[in-house]
Amino acid sequence: MEKFIKLTDTAVPLPIENIDTDQIIPARFLKSTDKQGFGDNVFRDWRYDHEGNENKDFVLNDDTYNGPILVAGDNFGCGSSREHAAWAIGGYGFKVVISSFFADIFKGNALNNGILPIQVTPEYLKELLQTIKDKPDTKLTIDLENQILTSPAGDLEFEIDPYKKVCMINGYDDIDFLISKKDKIEAFELEQSY
Amino acid sequence: MAGKTLFDKVWDAHVVDTVPNGPQVLYIDKHLIHEVTSPQAFSELEERGIPVARPDQIMATADHNTPTVDQHLPVRDVLSRNQLKQLTENCEKHGITLYGLGHEYNGIVHVMAPELGITQPGMTMVCGDSHTSTHGAFGTIAFGIGTSQVAQVFASQCLLLTKPKSLRVNVNGKLKPNVLPKDVILYVISKIGTNAGTGYFCEYAGNVFEEMSMEGRMTVCNMSIEMGARGGMIAPDQTTFDYVQGREFAPEGAEWDKKLEYWKTLPTDADAVFDKEYSFDAEDIEPMVTYGTNPGMGIKVTGTIPDKEDVNLEKALAYMNFKKGESLIDKPINYVFIGSCTNSRIEDFRIAADFVKGKQKASNVNAWLVPGSQQVAKQLVAEGLDKVFTEAGFALRQPGCSACLAMNDDKIPEGEYCVSTSNRNFEGRQGQGARTILASPLMAAATAVAGKITDITKQLN
Repeated sequence: MEKFIKLTDTAVPLPIENIDTDQIIPARFLKSTDKQGFGDNVFRDWRYDHEGNENKDFVLNDDTYNGPILVAGDNFGCGSSREHAAWAIGGYGFKVVISSFFADIFKGNALNNGILPIQVTPEYLKELLQTIKDKPDTKLTIDLENQILTSPAGDLEFEIDPYKKVCMINGYDDIDFLISKKDKIEAFELEQSY
Repeated sequence: MAGKTLFDKVWDAHVVDTVPNGPQVLYIDKHLIHEVTSPQAFSELEERGIPVARPDQIMATADHNTPTVDQHLPVRDVLSRNQLKQLTENCEKHGITLYGLGHEYNGIVHVMAPELGITQPGMTMVCGDSHTSTHGAFGTIAFGIGTSQVAQVFASQCLLLTKPKSLRVNVNGKLKPNVLPKDVILYVISKIGTNAGTGYFCEYAGNVFEEMSMEGRMTVCNMSIEMGARGGMIAPDQTTFDYVQGREFAPEGAEWDKKLEYWKTLPTDADAVFDKEYSFDAEDIEPMVTYGTNPGMGIKVTGTIPDKEDVNLEKALAYMNFKKGESLIDKPINYVFIGSCTNSRIEDFRIAADFVKGKQKASNVNAWLVPGSQQVAKQLVAEGLDKVFTEAGFALRQPGCSACLAMNDDKIPEGEYCVSTSNRNFEGRQGQGARTILASPLMAAATAVAGKITDITKQLN
């Protein structure tokens, strides 16, 4: 997994609530057996019409907004457990998603792929979205070490599970950690009381 | 000290280790896998030279990306065929039992595992599918995981998790006639919203759930994720034990007696405290339909779409081509789907058949019936329900996830409405531009016969 320490860059606003995993990556694109290429189809049915023409109104087709930070409406990533949604977000080039609320499974999947989900207050989100809309070249800084998001909407201390923070900063994943617990796991199996 | 919840008891019994100020290592009893969310996990292990730790505790089926016609023939879609082939090869390589396409035990993972007795009270179960919450109906901690976590369970039979908060949904009283478990859960989600359960594990309590069949409980727990909860559980009781006993993989003899004794200790203690609690009266619940693009956008069939200023509502209604304040009754419907891990069990088809018997499907309707498993399909024939449906003009297909997520050819055309017994009405869920109305199997059957949404309460009373 790629390390994440600090990032300063511009952001893409997507002020839609309850963006579900079927919008992030529609099921018909889940037939691949590797993790590559999902970025091409992220938000597919919002980005393109049925003939494959770009929908000019959609933010990803609007040159005004660019950057590796996605700022999205409340309850981002609800729906299915498909990690393809995280691969699609990451594959497109997003490294951070900011929202006022994340669905559990998406949040976990993002963290397991080196994508940082940052939860902010609804008020902060509203102001941030307005700032980006007014001034698309606004730069945001995400300092994971100190858990600070800096933007014209203010400095915000965000939360992250301390264990996951260590994983993100060092590029570790859970598999190595779990395998290191092999003895304890085997002892548990021997003692199973239920 | 306050008592323990059902969830606490099962969780605590599975904690292998705790990271200081961090997550816990939770032991997983059963890992269910399917073709769509497992290939990348197998590749991950292979790349890192890690073996599958406990192949005997993994069970595989093919369901998401399978055709529901001509299953005896090679799968026509090349990508789908490749995905199924990889599942077969991976299972063979790692010694995992696979009930593939055509096998007598094949079916939707959340239908076939319970019917084989793989799902048992007090277990921890995971699957790379968010509707794994279904198995909570047995008093099991069951939840959906991402593919990285599938790899973690392959590698260690454990997951690193932070214990979620506790939520209880109580429904007490007497349900009105024709109000089904699907209506109960759609009602609850319409009241508390699609993210009320995020960060929580839910327990459903009250006489309404106690009086439900296991099929009904599975329908309810299935949709826990639609209110954001990773899982939902119902305390195991005699109904649970009677369902499990005698099934293929259920414990037997002395082992059964021992397990049973343990399972009886699992229900939530009377003095346990939940982080959040909701209570509803059964009498308030009526047959439900959804009008929007998330499962929380539901109304009673006799109700009207909310009339309020809300950009999300407006966006949803623009997609659905509905108007604020209008009723859905008499809306013409050309597609009806009875299937999915929510409502494709024998009881669902019995309810639908009971309504359909002696009637004909409306000529404008394409009605697809997709049983949840080979065993359900077999049971349909044994009970003569297949004849009821075919005589009424319904198309009975072969088992699989089908039009619930439309990964295969079972897609609803653009702009068409589908009254569906599945679990998600997201934009494009059943096909690009398709418009989904979630409802119970009874509402779906009635829609197929009428060719439009009807007031089922009036029809049957």
